[in-house]
Amino acid sequence: MLEKALSGSKKYWAWIIFLLAVIAVGFFSYMRQFNYGLGLTGMSRDVSWGLYIAQFTFLVGVAAAAVMLVTPYYLHDFKRFGKMVILAEFLAIGAVIMCILFIFVDVGQPMRILNVLLYPQLHSVMFYDMCVLCGYLAINLIVGWTTLGAERKGVHYPNWVKPIIYLSIPWAFSIHTVTAFLYAGLPGRSFWMSAIMAARFLASAFAAGPSLLIILALIVRKVSKFDPDPDRNAIPSLVKIIRYAMIANVFFYLCEVFTAFYSNVPEEMASFKYIFVGIDGHATLVPWMWTAAFLAFLGIALLVFPTRKNPVLLPIALLSIYFANWIDKGVVLILAGFVPNSFDRVVDYIPTANEISIVLAVYAVGALIVTVLYKVAISVREQQQA
Amino acid sequence: MSINRRQFLKRAGAVTALGLGGSFATIGIGDRLASAASEYEEAPNADKIKHWAMVVDMSKFKTEEDINRVIQSCDKIHNIPQMDNSKDEIKWIWYDDYEHTFADSENEYLDETMKKMPFIVMCNHCENPACVRACPTGATFKREDGIVTMDFHRCIGCRFCMGACPFGARSFNFRDPRPFIKDFNPNFPTRTQGVVEKCLGCYERLENGEQPACAEASNGGLIFGDLSDQNSEVYKIVSTKFTIRRKTQFGTQPNVYYLVGGGDRA
Amino acid sequence: MYKGGRIIASLVVFVAILAFPFFYNLGKANAGPVINVPTGSQCVEPVAYMRANHMQLLNQWRDEYVRQGKTVYVNSQGKSFNINIDTCLQCHYSNSSTTSATAVSHPAVSTTGASNPAVNTTEASNSVVNPSDQFCVTCHNYASVEPTCWSCHNLPEGANQ
Repeated sequence: MLEKALSGSKKYWAWIIFLLAVIAVGFFSYMRQFNYGLGLTGMSRDVSWGLYIAQFTFLVGVAAAAVMLVTPYYLHDFKRFGKMVILAEFLAIGAVIMCILFIFVDVGQPMRILNVLLYPQLHSVMFYDMCVLCGYLAINLIVGWTTLGAERKGVHYPNWVKPIIYLSIPWAFSIHTVTAFLYAGLPGRSFWMSAIMAARFLASAFAAGPSLLIILALIVRKVSKFDPDPDRNAIPSLVKIIRYAMIANVFFYLCEVFTAFYSNVPEEMASFKYIFVGIDGHATLVPWMWTAAFLAFLGIALLVFPTRKNPVLLPIALLSIYFANWIDKGVVLILAGFVPNSFDRVVDYIPTANEISIVLAVYAVGALIVTVLYKVAISVREQQQA
Repeated sequence: MSINRRQFLKRAGAVTALGLGGSFATIGIGDRLASAASEYEEAPNADKIKHWAMVVDMSKFKTEEDINRVIQSCDKIHNIPQMDNSKDEIKWIWYDDYEHTFADSENEYLDETMKKMPFIVMCNHCENPACVRACPTGATFKREDGIVTMDFHRCIGCRFCMGACPFGARSFNFRDPRPFIKDFNPNFPTRTQGVVEKCLGCYERLENGEQPACAEASNGGLIFGDLSDQNSEVYKIVSTKFTIRRKTQFGTQPNVYYLVGGGDRA
Repeated sequence: MYKGGRIIASLVVFVAILAFPFFYNLGKANAGPVINVPTGSQCVEPVAYMRANHMQLLNQWRDEYVRQGKTVYVNSQGKSFNINIDTCLQCHYSNSSTTSATAVSHPAVSTTGASNPAVNTTEASNSVVNPSDQFCVTCHNYASVEPTCWSCHNLPEGANQ
């Protein structure tokens, strides 16, 4: 089926070449980092994780979001998602691969990364995170590829896939729960050490992931003859999911804020103060956090009111929700966890250009994978329609 | 000749398997001998302890010289690089004031001498180390003598341990440390780019029956010993005098005790 | 076979490119390793064992020392050795004619990454021991192996002023 990605319009190839160019630039940046060390990034002794791990955290959520289509479609026989579910599975594949790449570019000794397998430590959450991520990648590759292959031949997918599809549902929850446990289990980082962290992660994932998916579906509708939502009822259903997930996410966040400030425990409040008003003049994250808060409420408002049916306002609402979550989880959450540090001092983190170009390249790899997989899916569907 | 794709792939696969199998066989037959009959022993002069612990007697640290001597003794023998920016800093033992060392024990009306007192800080070699729990490769582990040590050969540099340590005791080699080692000691390895490091409890000195370098240089300000030994000085101090530890609320059971009241008064 | 001719031709070209280094070097002999170890003495284990297993033994030493706190290796003949890379270097990285020889190995001289001493010709020029006639260096070069030991461990003493 992969050969279908090798024939496309001029625009398709221009997009592919653009992505390859971004990847090439990032690859050179990575080679610099590989030779010099992570000192080329903005990370420091105090803020020892930066954009890489933050993107990883955010993208695990995007990957997990596929379950919001898989569950209704396969478990509850909710036919409306029939055309879109493959897009969700392929998006998950791209997202998991980006996650793995972000971990890879973040480690100081990448050549030794297989030590995680050679000396597995059952007490380390990172070991479990690796297991669930690789498992989720395999599940989505198998399910997506087999169901699409069967569709191309015009037959029902084989029965052995069914248990794997069911397995993918709890598995999607597990990837984001385990990722939350990476942070929630660390003593001394009060911003992360919260029982509600996994629930927050899932809520924000189920808001951001499907938002991205609808935007991709709208793009697919525009650039190809295949319409992922021909009856115009799948996207509105998904919008409902996004709306409630985002409201739950904001609610959970406010729960955290209440606990921190009503209890008046200094360490609980410190990180929130740092991101909303700044501490001792250190306020690099303040504009980001207020932007996220504004976008979150804007997105919710646009989806609650009938504006959600407006073809121009809907993408704006979805982008608002996507970027609100990206700022919260893909920028602020990880950085603010290190502030203030163990000595109650504030150290700011500013990513370097080299670091950002690596981040962009990993996103480009993800975009390339998703583009190629979508191209295959679209070609199969166009054939069916013809 | 007419073979279809399936047949072609099958035959190609068979030939590949034959080649790979053959090469494995030749490697296997090679001149490998069974593991030599041999054994490993502990150092004969080793100071055999079960519970590494350190008492910091604050009454002995009066001048900056007292502190710097201790820190430099460690920096020198362990090849600690002096980085040119705080971002890449490597620290095994250093000092901070009361407010920051004991960040959770705020006291606005604290007396001035206490406020300005320099507290020596280092890895606490905790009884329940959070860093060991977090490490995905076992590069950080707790030895039988209580030292929380590192296997630098195994560290992948993921920095999960740095997030886990509530004491900020860990540093990461953001770049090759070698050009920044001022006073090089050829008898101790350096570290390499991309691994985490921290105080290793002077395991290399204990195995020769010596005191940790900082304790030796401190003129009695740092008292090292075995807390499981009731005759040791550390046990006597900790069990009879008032000492404090950093961040006990996390249950890691740190093993660096600060004797604040002064030895004479208690 | 569909397009069989083209496939086979491409395969031939592919194999030819892959095998190019082999044919290129055919008939040329590289200088073998310099084996200048003290005669009449035995390594920590018999030569045949060391030849086949020295890397495994080093890994074992490393794990026993770092992880188990064992500092002494008792070999199959009951002889004891300190578990230390210096034990190896005593014979394998010294000028056998001048035993007191010292190498200048200030780490600052080495470049980043794995600094195989043999690669660092600048270091060699101002040292008494010439790495290019050292057993482990020349043998690893000959076998095109780059151990990363020297990015942390130090070459023999006398490194500093």
